[in-house]
Formats: sequence, C-alpha cells, structure tokens
Amino acid sequence: MEKLIVLVSGMLFGAGVTISGMVNPMKVLNFLDIFGPWDPTLVLVMGAGLLVTLIGYQILFKRKAPWFAPSFRLPTSQDIDAKLLGGAALFGLGWGLGGFCPGPAVASLVFGRMESITFVIAMAAGMILARQIQKLQRPKAGQISS
Amino acid sequence: MTEFTPLAGLLGGSLIGLSAVLLMGGYGRIAGASGIFAGLLTLSFNTEFGWRFIFIAGVLIGAAVSGLIFFDASSLAFNGGPLTTIAAGLLVGIGTVLGSGCTSGHGICGLSRFSTRSLAATSTFMAVAILTVFLTRHVLGA
Repeated sequence: MEKLIVLVSGMLFGAGVTISGMVNPMKVLNFLDIFGPWDPTLVLVMGAGLLVTLIGYQILFKRKAPWFAPSFRLPTSQDIDAKLLGGAALFGLGWGLGGFCPGPAVASLVFGRMESITFVIAMAAGMILARQIQKLQRPKAGQISS
Repeated sequence: MTEFTPLAGLLGGSLIGLSAVLLMGGYGRIAGASGIFAGLLTLSFNTEFGWRFIFIAGVLIGAAVSGLIFFDASSLAFNGGPLTTIAAGLLVGIGTVLGSGCTSGHGICGLSRFSTRSLAATSTFMAVAILTVFLTRHVLGA
C-alpha cells in the first residue's frame, strides 16, 4: 500500500510541475526576471503549493505516525551555516542560469528534449561530486537531505 | 514572453501541495525532489532506493499523462547553449546537495513546517536566482 501512495504522490508532483508550467525553463526565468517581462505565474504555484502543504501538515502532525510507515522522518538539523547558505546560493545561480530546478527538470525528461537530458545528467554529476566532497570533509556525514 | 497562466498555476501548485501532503501522511517523508533524485545515485538497491525510484517513476508518469492533456510541449524554451545547460545542471546538483534541498524540499515542505533553515535557504536561492537573471539578461545582455 505504501508503494501505491508513493507512486501516486510522485504522479501528483509530476502533473503539478507540468500543468503549472515549471517544466518550461523560459517560464521560470521570466518569473525570476522581475525587472523584465515578468510572468507572475510561479507566485501562484508556490502560494497554492504552500497553502495546501501547510494546512495538510497541520492536520497530519496531530497524528503520531503516518498511515503506512512507523514514523515521520523529518530533518533534525537546525544549523544555518555556510554549507546551507553556500549550497543554496550555488543552487540559485544554477536555477537562474538554466531555469530548471530538480523536480521540473526530471519531469521534463518525458518531453524528450536534449536540453533536459543534458541538464539532468549534469545535475546528477554535480550531486555525486558534492557528496564526494562532503565525504572527504566529514567521513560520518549522513544527514537527511530534503 | 510567456503568458501569465493563473489557473494552471493554482492547479499545478495545489497538486504539488497534495503530493507533499500525501507522501508525508502515507509514508512520512518530505517530498523534496533533489533529495529523492540524489538518493537514486547509489549502488545499494535497498528500501531507501526503492521508494525514491517509485516516486521518480510516478513523476515521469504524471508529467507524461498531464503533458498530453494540459501542456503544449512545443512551448518548451531553453536558455543558452549546451555549455550553459551543463553549467546550470552542475551548479543545481552541487548546490542542492550542499544546501540539503531545493524548491520543493525547502520552498514547499520546509516552509510549511516553519523550518528556519528552509526559510534561510529559500530566501538565499530565490535572491541569487533573481540576481542571476538580472545580471545575465539586463547587465550582460546574454
């Protein structure tokens, strides 16, 4: 049953980033371009996504555990450090250059464009690289990433 | 130019929210695309790999099906050439691993549980992304 839930959750995510237009890098860049041909669509995407999740989480977290797993697995780290902010800044730079963040980039693969494939391969390489760097710095690193 | 599409935006955003609520309610996990995808880049095919694989398969199915009905794939437009795409992909990959999340993990799930880490990360990547677009489009004129 939990497998079906995960599958449906993934499907909703894929449909959401597609219908909202986030799979189109130009739309995302036009949203980020507040001094140019600004496309405010993503304000509504983020706003609706936040509102639904906020309300849903409030209801869910009254329970002790999810329906089909022993416990909620939430990140526990509280540190706002250079790694968090530096990583977020690098991500912002890449997002601003390409117009793709990870979810929409992966979803856009189904449209079969070479740019999507190139981006996702480069992203995977970047992730592996960053993990190797982290391993060198802190051998016991095992943080939950979201 | 891309057109302002408020209804599609609201519908799409709500679906992303439902996805996050369902994954947390059913399986107790954060619906963060970067963390889930990064979890596939491994050679140990255990349950941690398994649920992530199913989620990403779902993302592809959802995109394909909704794409047929609601989305004009010919409208897809990309920025710059292959080198820009590779640089952007590398930066997004490195940044989301070091920063422990992306638009969905920090921006939707993290903010929804009032995480100050996610607020700091989201403010940072939004600001840098806006600045990057400003510089490339209006200063460098690329």
